[in-house]
Amino acid sequence: MYWNERYECMPEAELQELQLERLQATVRRAFFDVPFYRRAFQEIGLEPGDIKSLDDLQRLPFTTKQDLRDNYPYGMFAVPMSEIVRIHSSSGTTGKPTVVGYTRHDIDVWSELMARALVCGGATRHDIIQNAYGYGLFTGGLGIHYGSERLGASVIPISGGNTKRQVMIMKDYGSTVLTCTPSYALHIAEVMAEMGIKPEEIKLRCGIFGAEPWSESMRQEIEKRLGISAVDIYGLSEVIGPGVGIECQEKNGLHIFADHFLIEIIDPVTGKQLPPGQRGELVITSLTKEALPVIRYRTRDITSLIPGPCPCGRTHPRVARFTGRTDDMLIIRGVNVFPSQVESVLLEMGGTEPHYLLIVDRQGSLDTLEIKVEVSETLFSDKVRRLEDLEKRLRHELESTLGISVKVTLVEPKSIQRSEGKAVRVIDKRKI
Amino acid sequence: MKIKQISVFLENKSGRLAAVTRLLAGHGINIRALSIADTSDFGILRLIVDDPDRAYTELKGAGFTVSLTEVLGVEMPDRPGGLSNILSILEENGINIEYLYAFIGRGDNGALVIFRVEELDAAINVLQARGIIVLDGEKIYRL
Repeated sequence: MYWNERYECMPEAELQELQLERLQATVRRAFFDVPFYRRAFQEIGLEPGDIKSLDDLQRLPFTTKQDLRDNYPYGMFAVPMSEIVRIHSSSGTTGKPTVVGYTRHDIDVWSELMARALVCGGATRHDIIQNAYGYGLFTGGLGIHYGSERLGASVIPISGGNTKRQVMIMKDYGSTVLTCTPSYALHIAEVMAEMGIKPEEIKLRCGIFGAEPWSESMRQEIEKRLGISAVDIYGLSEVIGPGVGIECQEKNGLHIFADHFLIEIIDPVTGKQLPPGQRGELVITSLTKEALPVIRYRTRDITSLIPGPCPCGRTHPRVARFTGRTDDMLIIRGVNVFPSQVESVLLEMGGTEPHYLLIVDRQGSLDTLEIKVEVSETLFSDKVRRLEDLEKRLRHELESTLGISVKVTLVEPKSIQRSEGKAVRVIDKRKI
Repeated sequence: MKIKQISVFLENKSGRLAAVTRLLAGHGINIRALSIADTSDFGILRLIVDDPDRAYTELKGAGFTVSLTEVLGVEMPDRPGGLSNILSILEENGINIEYLYAFIGRGDNGALVIFRVEELDAAINVLQARGIIVLDGEKIYRL
């Protein structure tokens, strides 16, 4: 089953021709319409006309998240604001958020890609899609939503949270497809079991899960508990949102929609391209984006190219499931968390030593974050109430900054192990 | 009329209390009274010792989070109603008690109660005005 067989199964030579044509157009627009790119190209003496083959992609400079931040909020846009019909943004967790914009055409492309992804993942227009991704600035909710409508399925825009209601709606409305983070899917399964509802009592048949790394064993667990077929979907707001890539029914790697995105796997240290099979950082160049073209965007996601054609018939390249990040960012329940955010909250609160430890674990199916904070003398009180207040205040501040619930544990000074060199700020006990 | 109390922050894990008492023992510091307030995550150990200043320095030096607070020590008859009478006086005068702990000392009257109140001086005045014996720190340390 394909949504757009002509493009999804395009012969490789034809696909490459299309990619080159689109790459050249993107580079031209970036050069002429985005001062950042023009400067970056000029610095290395590169002109749009120099891109004569797909191999020339390697001559282009990289773009990083920092570049988007430096040009906050709209500096990277290649069109005037009058052309922008939608704005999304990251949570702004490590400082300034990254802001992304879409033209009407971008939304159209995104909807097309999401429709493809949904079909690739097993959905049809006859499905009732329960979309439990968060709606709002986060691209997950609206991305899936538009794709579902484009597909012609019935979308239930329930957004995340209120798990009992999710289960009730799933059962009563007869949802057949669930879209959310994999950890939330498992949580729904748990709550469903607690409510005494068996997988046979619901009509759910497939799940499209993403926005955080998950393992093959987690897939099996979700499939068993919900009685469904589950696939992994990939995307990032800087590139477009969900729908950059998705697993097909073969469940052996994610197809990246190559008529819209050109991918490379590079060595994150040297920046050199790596051959198929070797793990490295995924780098994406957008081929059709109007509002925010990205040239060789460093995703910081670690994966590898899977060599050879896929039995599903799609000619678009596949990448292996993601195994990690190149930086210290943690993805907890689909939310990006940086240890540095914790540090800044602690410093702002005062009174606490900037010695802390993040302990990430998975209880049942939900990621948990415990933050141990050393209590300094200035903060200490012989009254329990005062310390509990402190814990509460810290928790509140951290939760509002990180956007996820945390458990704050006050610990004795020097009880968090000091390390020589780079401080160990994170213990990730999750088995992904 | 005020007593120095040592408070120590303790994580809820085995051996922390023992670590404090071992340290005090090692420096020949004697514990006169103690109480522990605990939550699910941490505890606060409150101590009256024979040498509070030295205990403070040694504990701090060993890396504990310590504080010195002034509390009230009241002697009361070791019989029914002894504590009740004192609490009534504090209540009548609108003095809130943060916490208290009692021990049977070798005081003249028998029972001793340590009070942590916000308005320490006011508490001493009203109690003394009613003939209650408020113990001097030195006396408690040397019990």
